[in-house]
Order: sequence, then C-alpha cells, then structure tokens
Amino acid sequence: MSKSYYDPSDLRKFGNITEWNEELGGKFFDYYGKVFEEGALTAREKSLIALAVSHVVKCPYCIDAYTQDGLQRGITKEEMMEAVHAGAAIESGATLVHSVQMMNKYEKLSM
Amino acid sequence: MLLKSLKKRENELANTKRQLELLSKGVFETGELPKFSAQLETLKQFPLKPKTLEILQINVGYMCNQVCAHCHVDAGPDRKEIMTRETMQQCLDVIKKTGAHTLDLTGGAPEMNPDFRWFVEEATKIGVKDFIVRSNLTIITANKKYYDLPEFFKKHQIHVISSMPHWTKGKTDKQRGDGVFKASIKALTMLNAVGYGMPGSGLKLDLVYNPSGAFLPGDQGALESDFKKALLSDFNIQFHQLFSITNLPISRFLDYLIASDNYEDYMYSLVEAFNPAAVENVMCTNTLSVSWDGWLYDCDFNQMLGLKVNSSVQHITNFNKEALENRIICISQHCYGCTAGAGSSCQGTVT
Repeated sequence: MSKSYYDPSDLRKFGNITEWNEELGGKFFDYYGKVFEEGALTAREKSLIALAVSHVVKCPYCIDAYTQDGLQRGITKEEMMEAVHAGAAIESGATLVHSVQMMNKYEKLSM
Repeated sequence: MLLKSLKKRENELANTKRQLELLSKGVFETGELPKFSAQLETLKQFPLKPKTLEILQINVGYMCNQVCAHCHVDAGPDRKEIMTRETMQQCLDVIKKTGAHTLDLTGGAPEMNPDFRWFVEEATKIGVKDFIVRSNLTIITANKKYYDLPEFFKKHQIHVISSMPHWTKGKTDKQRGDGVFKASIKALTMLNAVGYGMPGSGLKLDLVYNPSGAFLPGDQGALESDFKKALLSDFNIQFHQLFSITNLPISRFLDYLIASDNYEDYMYSLVEAFNPAAVENVMCTNTLSVSWDGWLYDCDFNQMLGLKVNSSVQHITNFNKEALENRIICISQHCYGCTAGAGSSCQGTVT
C-alpha cells in the first residue's frame, strides 16, 4: 500500500469500487455518465462546471480528470481559470456572507 | 522550440528499431496493458487483413519548412529525403491501374518537392475522384514562389487538407512553431479568397486537428463547430470539415511523451479508449502508403517506423494489387492510436 494518501494512478482504479458493491457502484456510474451527457447544458459547459467544483471540493483526482477533459474538448486555459475563479468566488462568498451573522451578533451584544 | 529533427540531433528515437522496442516493453511487457495483437485476437480480427484499396497516400518527401513538436514524420528543413521524378512516374503508372478513388499527397511539405507541380499536373490527367494535398498552410506564405499555390490548387481542383491544432495563437505556435498561427490565418484567408472552404464551394478545404499535448482528441463534431465559430468570428475564415486525428506514440510525439513523463499515462488512455468498432475501419485496411523512395507501407505511421508491407511486393516498381491485398498488416502498440475513442485516420474519425 502506498505511503501517501493520494496516488495519481488510483484514478484509473475508480471503476473498481463496484467490486465491493456492484449495485450501488453501478447505479453511481450510470448516474454519473448520464449527468455529463449533452442536455440543456452542453457537455463542454458541464466539463467547466465539473472543473470548478473539483477545486471547491479539493479533489486532486477530479482536477486531473477535468483538466484533461477540458483539453480534449479544446477548452482554453483562460476558460478553465475563469471557471475556477467562479468556484472560488462562491466558496469565499460563502465564508464572507457568514460575517453578516458576526455583525448581527456583535451589534446585539454591544451597547 | 524545436529547430532540428530527431535525425539531425542524432536522438536515439531517430532509430525506428529503438522506437518499436520501446513500444513493446514496459507496461506491455509486464502485461499491465494488453498488446494490440491480443486485443485483435479477442475480437477474432488477428491477423489484420486489408480490404479493397481505396486510398493511395504518397509521401513525396520529409522536407518541411516547419518543425512541429508532435510530427510523426520527424520532418523539417534539415530532412533531405525527396521523391524523384522517376519515382513519381512509377507512382503515376500505379495510380492508373489501381482503381483507388483517392490520391493523397503528403510530406513534409509536399509543395517543397521541386517536381510537386509536375506531379500534380500529371496525376490530374489520370482523373482520380478525390485528389488531396496535405498542405501545412505556412508554406503558402513562406516564399514568393508559393504565393500562387491557392490558384494552382484551384486550377487542378485539389482537395486541400491543412493542419490547425487550435483556433488560438498560443496553442498553435506551441505545437507548430512561433509565427505559425499568423501565417496559417493568412494562408487560409488566401485560400478562402479563391473560393476554397466557402459554403457550397466544390473547392474542398478541410482542417486537421491534432491535440497539442498528451491527451486524446474530443468529439470531432463539437470541435468542428467550435473551430468554425471562432475562425469565422475572429478572422472571417471558413472551411468545410474538421478531421480530428489522435497523435500516435511514435517519432517526435513519442520523444515528447517520454521527456514529459506522460508516456505511460498516454498509453493507458489509448488502451482504455480502445474501440472495437474502430478496428473495422482502420485506414490501413483501405490505404497504401508510398515513401519518397518508392517503398510500400500499410500506413504513413508504419512508414515512419520502417515497417514495410509484409508482402512479396514491397516496392512501387513491382506493384501488384492482388499480392498486396493478400498481405497481413504490420501492427504494434502505436496502432492503439487509430482505435481509440471514435477512431482516427488521415480522414478523421472512423466510426
């Protein structure tokens, strides 16, 4: 077993999770595949969303996968970085919007 | 930025035997990944046999004005291998009797062969259905003597197929060299000006997309629509079809994969994307490739690996259609490049 928590080659083994629970694993991969098909959003748009979310959930496997997926789709690095910023803005916004609670509490407790 | 071919640099990969050795070792030797022959055996497609000859692809020389990072030919200004008029005449004699509907001239930059125009003129007289010239575009703007190429192509109703790795300057220049994007745009404008690539025009202008890195091409249709949109809005350029071609792990692309530590992952990507449906239509089943010195190969890639056709007939001088149709196609692990995803050929996807 590897001495580090993340091994890039583990991404290739993702499909193996069905070996320990075929039903749930299978349902997950069916769902996953369906989600990324062309729909009301293009597969290209979904790839950029996935890339942004990959950063927000800080998943190195997903970042590798969706950077490569973006390259395959001809997505530019400018588009990729803008997508990451969109994710980062929501994440930092989610932190900052809590400061309203801080402000409320501060005001309530102060004379 | 590459300036010299592997051959000129005396790189070990200029030796085709070394390349074939690498392609059979590592993950394929340990059995981590199945060999291409094993995949064909599973599909009961081994050995791979040709069907009817439809395309004769002639490589008129390895000389090129560009030194692209991914080039499977290892072409460049320092390559001196050029087809002579005598070999061209032998090719013309063969074209007359093969019945192949497509004649496909490639290189290097085919236009740099001093007898290129003579060959085109003579071959046009034979009357093949589809006469392709693979032009790298920048040659058209490289020197005054090439400026009239769009008119020359038009006169002979040539089907022009040109390389364009991306609709942005950065990616194009990184793969093909500084200034290539600007020159390519100018050349495309010149081709459009004489009618090439315009909607409804019989003057066919198609683009070839090769990924600029260690990844596979995405969906050909989606890429075509992105290319069309961007080239029209940014440069007012039009073209007909986009062919997406997978980079095969040979020659300079193999060198890049190894140097960038991407080789193993790339081979995994190719094997994981193996598509049995693509095997049915791989181009080596309907194509023959002729080298500058008249040798025959199953495809341009096998030519660059020095894998001559496995037949009693190996040279254009003793071309025999029946003997060649009975041959067994030479394969190695590079063939995974033509069977990944939607498949890949000089005419784009195959499924």
